[in-house]
Amino acid sequence: MRIQLDKLGIVIALLAAYGTLGASFAVSKPNRIVQGQAKSILDALPSWAAWALLVLLFAAAVVALLRTSAWAKLIAAAAALLALALAMGLTGHFLTPAGNTYARVSPASGFWILLFAFALLAADAITRLKPPPWMRVLFLILAGAGVGGLLFSGSWDGLSIMKEYAGRADVFWVEAGKHVTLALGSLLAAVAVGLPLGILCHRVEPLRASVLNALNIIQTIPSIALFGILIAPLGWIAATVPGAAALGIRGIGAAPAFVALFLYSLLPVVANTVIGLSGVPKDAVDAARGIGMTNRQRLFKIEFPLALPVILTGIRIVLVQNIGLATIAALIGGGGFGVFVFQGIGQTAMDLVLLGAVPTVALSFAAAVILDALIELNSRAVNGARSG
Amino acid sequence: MIEIDAITKQYDGVAVVDDVSMVIEPRTITVVVGTSGSGKTTLLRMINRLVEPSSGAIRLDGEDNRSIAGYELRRRIGYAIQGHGLFPHRTVAQNIATVPSLLGWERRRIDLKVAELLTLFQLEPEIYGPRYPHELSGGQQQRVGVARALAAEPNVLLMDEPFGALDPIIRAKAQEDLLAIQKHFGTTIVLVTHDMNEAFHLAHKIAVMDQGKVVQYGPPAELVQTPATSFVETLIGETERPFRLLSISRAGMAVEPGEAAGEPIREDRTQQDALADLLWSGRTALPVVSVTGMPMGRVTLDALLKRAARPL
Repeated sequence: MRIQLDKLGIVIALLAAYGTLGASFAVSKPNRIVQGQAKSILDALPSWAAWALLVLLFAAAVVALLRTSAWAKLIAAAAALLALALAMGLTGHFLTPAGNTYARVSPASGFWILLFAFALLAADAITRLKPPPWMRVLFLILAGAGVGGLLFSGSWDGLSIMKEYAGRADVFWVEAGKHVTLALGSLLAAVAVGLPLGILCHRVEPLRASVLNALNIIQTIPSIALFGILIAPLGWIAATVPGAAALGIRGIGAAPAFVALFLYSLLPVVANTVIGLSGVPKDAVDAARGIGMTNRQRLFKIEFPLALPVILTGIRIVLVQNIGLATIAALIGGGGFGVFVFQGIGQTAMDLVLLGAVPTVALSFAAAVILDALIELNSRAVNGARSG
Repeated sequence: MIEIDAITKQYDGVAVVDDVSMVIEPRTITVVVGTSGSGKTTLLRMINRLVEPSSGAIRLDGEDNRSIAGYELRRRIGYAIQGHGLFPHRTVAQNIATVPSLLGWERRRIDLKVAELLTLFQLEPEIYGPRYPHELSGGQQQRVGVARALAAEPNVLLMDEPFGALDPIIRAKAQEDLLAIQKHFGTTIVLVTHDMNEAFHLAHKIAVMDQGKVVQYGPPAELVQTPATSFVETLIGETERPFRLLSISRAGMAVEPGEAAGEPIREDRTQQDALADLLWSGRTALPVVSVTGMPMGRVTLDALLKRAARPL
């Protein structure tokens, strides 16, 4: 019997081989700033755990390599990812000398490559399974619960990123709150303003080109420059409008960050609203008028539901973009996860950078999965439930 | 009754509909024909005020159609268009229920009405009600479009090229259905088309429009026998006039006493069909039977040829 190989599986197996044998698994440092010492899997773990991990990774790579069912691949990927996460936690405790609070253990390139390889396998398997939207959200919840469980169990407490967290737990959650408030708040404001503006642009043709062009120009301004541009007018408002300063409006801080994110969000929301509404079948709109719907009924019962998938796509773009962009807000004192990123860069403490970067990536990822599921649910409703 | 009184619609100073007056009798089918750009659709859309006239008035049963809000007026008047205009995100049943829901009917009454209409249009309610429009064939979608237009039991139904997107066989079926529906409900139908065959087949009265004006308005026979202008003549098709004349009369109207051999023809078929049968079978006379199959007499080739001749 000829053995059939999976093309993506070959890439994954090569990555896994390099990640295990060619690159180091963890770095051990005497303190958080100095260069560390690279450790392979065999050095970084007690030998029983090291061999168990190697066997499991090998088995998962074989499953990836062969043409097996998508479920087998998904289970193999999940097992490998869980094993990697547990092993990394164990490494943290294993490499840290007892009682030493300065020593730091962090994941090295081999770990990240392995993580990437098996995440790729999981993504590929999920794509092949073509899961319905609710199942994708379920996968997300399961993954979230897994990570949450690991964090809660203290398995990763020996790792440097968790030590950075331990020293800043209060600040971390405050900044997380600011980050989410900035990203979601500016999105909500953009939807509140952008939807009506988009509807207006759709109904009043002459308005369309000028509004979209103006928003396009805003979109081309680099974010740092936009923060700079906003300092003067917001500073002026804070100084002259009574009560503005009390509301937190200042030239620097959260206010300009919020305004900048809001301005960036407007274009996708307005443009997608206009595109979505103009994509509604003309004869459906004519029929809606012809059988006696008022303007408002036509908008809410016919045009808006039919345009919703396109509008949601705009909102998805904005949300993912805002979660990333909100990191920059830290530069002008707006807070958010960016605070750790820029502190970390300043102190050349990469673990601190990760403390800011990893939650940002996780948030964007979760937002993208949830909104994609929402979009799919709605486009099914638009095209008829049975077509999905 | 629909009274159209000196109605004019101008766009940028150009009259699309120019001083049109006509009276549409209740419980009849009136077909408005004309080339594209003749103003026939605009005229139709002024009846339910999708287009507001520049001057003139339209009265429905004596009541000016501007006496109530446009959307309320439109809920009372059925409206069906080419390409059906069904709402793709709503099921067939929800589509048909649109106007009754807007009017605030009770749930039960709406369900009954939807089932009644689907049955009337030969669509099994349990099977087709929950489907989405894209799951139906073109002919079925068109039927649902007409069913939706009739859901609130309107006295008047406006149709803008309702069968334009259908293939010839389904179109013929749809036309038969429409005639049956019109008899069933006694609805006053105003239908716009550019298809003369359709007009002759459906109409009690035909209005021919050219450049915004109604150039002739009368029963089909009148148009064939005495076309008012050369435009009407061209539209009818000069060479087809004898056949048109035969196509609007029934075989039963040409019956004379006597016997004939061969396959009989039913009295409710057209005289054109009778002529075709005669020519095709090489006979000079056909037996005619009633709808129930009773012998009535015969039609002869000579008699039909005389009827097709130019009126003196």
